[in-house]
Amino acid sequence: MSQHVRFYQTGSFAVGNRLLPIQARTVQSDPTRSNSLTSGHRACRGCGEALGARYVLDAAMRATGGRLVTVNATGCLEVFSTPYPETSWRVPWLHSLFGNAPAVASGVAAALKVRDRGDIRVLGQGGDGGTVDIGFGALSGMFERGDDVLFVCYDNQGYMNTGVQRSGATPPAARTSTTQAVGSAPGNVFGQGKSAPLIAMAHEIPYVATATIADLHDLESKVERAMGLHGARYLHVLVPCPLGWGSEAAQTIRVARLAVQSGLFPVFEAERGNVTAVSPIRHRVHVEEYLRPQIRFRHLFEPTRRADVIDGLQAIADRNIRRFGLLPGRRHEATVCYHAAGRQQPGQQDRGLANRTPGVRGPAPAM
Amino acid sequence: MLSPIEGSRAVAETVARCRPQVVCAYPISPQTHIVENLSALVKSGRLAPCEFVNVESEFAAMSVAIGASATGARAYTATASQGLLYMAEALYNAAGLGLPIVMTVANRAIGAPINIWNDHSDAMSQRDCGWIQLYAEDNQAAADLHVIGFRLAEELSTPVMVCMDGFVLTHAVEAVDVPDQTTVDRFLPAYQPRQVLDPDAPVTIGAMVGPEAFTEVRYLAHANQLRVLDRMPELAHQFATTFDRDIDVLVSPYRCDDADTVVVALGSVLGTLKDTVDGLRADGMPVGVLGLTMFRPFPVAAIRTAVGPAKRIVVLERAFAAGVGGIVSADLAGVLPAGEREMYTVVAGLGGRPVTRDSLREMLAAAFSGRLAPLTFLDLDERLLRAEEVRS
Repeated sequence: MSQHVRFYQTGSFAVGNRLLPIQARTVQSDPTRSNSLTSGHRACRGCGEALGARYVLDAAMRATGGRLVTVNATGCLEVFSTPYPETSWRVPWLHSLFGNAPAVASGVAAALKVRDRGDIRVLGQGGDGGTVDIGFGALSGMFERGDDVLFVCYDNQGYMNTGVQRSGATPPAARTSTTQAVGSAPGNVFGQGKSAPLIAMAHEIPYVATATIADLHDLESKVERAMGLHGARYLHVLVPCPLGWGSEAAQTIRVARLAVQSGLFPVFEAERGNVTAVSPIRHRVHVEEYLRPQIRFRHLFEPTRRADVIDGLQAIADRNIRRFGLLPGRRHEATVCYHAAGRQQPGQQDRGLANRTPGVRGPAPAM
Repeated sequence: MLSPIEGSRAVAETVARCRPQVVCAYPISPQTHIVENLSALVKSGRLAPCEFVNVESEFAAMSVAIGASATGARAYTATASQGLLYMAEALYNAAGLGLPIVMTVANRAIGAPINIWNDHSDAMSQRDCGWIQLYAEDNQAAADLHVIGFRLAEELSTPVMVCMDGFVLTHAVEAVDVPDQTTVDRFLPAYQPRQVLDPDAPVTIGAMVGPEAFTEVRYLAHANQLRVLDRMPELAHQFATTFDRDIDVLVSPYRCDDADTVVVALGSVLGTLKDTVDGLRADGMPVGVLGLTMFRPFPVAAIRTAVGPAKRIVVLERAFAAGVGGIVSADLAGVLPAGEREMYTVVAGLGGRPVTRDSLREMLAAAFSGRLAPLTFLDLDERLLRAEEVRS
């Protein structure tokens, strides 16, 4: 059977790329891109992290003119890309441990500085386990010292490399192998976990952003923006995991987009503790539309529909939408600003995404 | 030139003259004075170019050192006790990645119960992590072993731990000839990394290795450690000619040649032991002392030669393996031909308890007369033990 090719609107997604002027096209569409993470690695079919890492690294390579060193935490990305004696990395790449990638990256940055190699930039990367949980102290230390590193978290919301266990980034109600769909409150409990981007903002570092692999232009521009700054920077990228989430391999990008459209994954930028830009939700969907394609949430629909839990998740999405002003024309609440008095950076509002997204639509009828 | 100086400061000044480019540390007693001095040297510009990274934990300290070393910078840190244990995972990594980091361990006991005083429990707990372990007898040795440590580490691409007794050495003021810059520069060339993160020649460092090659990687690491045993005496000879003083790098035998009893020990207790042995010799007892400067790799050949035909080996341990007994003595028993030789393990000086000449004399007299148990805890307070037994 032949495959259906989707055609998205111009200026938004990959297919529309060819209608854009060359300088506005994505790094990925450039045949001369660095291809930092080569094909032939051993990631699962439809792996969001493999896409995310390639997008991020290639964009960072372009932004730095190829003067880049990367440090990797233990996890899927490290395991599937470097089975001795092979490697998929075409950039200088160092793996040490699960919990220390931010600190190792700090060491790399310190060495480059002292060796007068300031032209070479440092990018640390890890999954949500290595970033949000075990490596969190090292990440905070790196932020607090202001080390010249961009740290990228590929968030697939669980410990996928060890068999889909819960992490501090696992959403409420999600089934994992350590938060199973049994008992009266199946799946992960509500009220746990942490928002690494918000905590990163509290460190008042120069740049914090969230992104997904569903919006390549946005992701690449954030990497470019981050590499244009110095000091500690943080990028949190949502990367669906077909294996862990129980979603179709061909639906990875769509699921990531639904996470954004539902409001469960707010996409924004922040500088020195202030939110400076958000990606407005142009086509709002009920959380159910995001939850349904994922087996990790199946227990919310079978054998009986758990309206109470789904409503709880919708409340979280609604709060994100209010808090970050994700619907067009609304300002975000002041509660997401972590700026100290007198340290606001004037003239930095409204830069970026809000200006690039035409065709804003209202809330979906399902709401 | 010999001048009175605190051990920590002597080490800091010496390390500074080894021109480390990245120094990272987290404070822990009794290591603190070393990194305080180094931070001042960096801040004042006396040690330059150098980045001093104040980290949030020992785990981060070793991680920063790993990143820096892999990026071609000479990296140094210092720790002790719980801090060394907190680093443990990264210690194995530094060794496995072949990164020539040099670290001072200001030896201290491990809790619980918490205790800040000296013994060797910390370093001994990491004896198999792949680091070279050197133990200083006094502050001159502590300083000198760092210079030779950097040279060795970088020649063989392997990390080196210089152990010095906490407080007993770190906080003691004694006369030390701190090596001068010109001489250190003559002995220690700039760091030439075996592999380095460089966009002009990208490499993957730290790949995942499966069962088909893991044993081979480990074997090569072992073989590299054995090369240390061959290389170290040559380096010691070069050191002696460059700095005009001797340095013991494998073992330091004292009056062992005609001894029928040899006491084996590591670190600062060697001074007390030598004094005790002098006294016993005066009483006609043929006793010698064998100091182990290098514990990892284990200098088997040097030990066999030094011990010679001695009939009785007493190992004075500043740490022990719960449930078994001696750590150093277990290694010794494995490499010394048994024959008629008697082996004794004496655990002494735990958690900073003084090891006195009187106790050592009494213990050795018991060994001579066959009254010493194979495993003895020196100066064990029986009254306190009984009191605690009653309480439990």
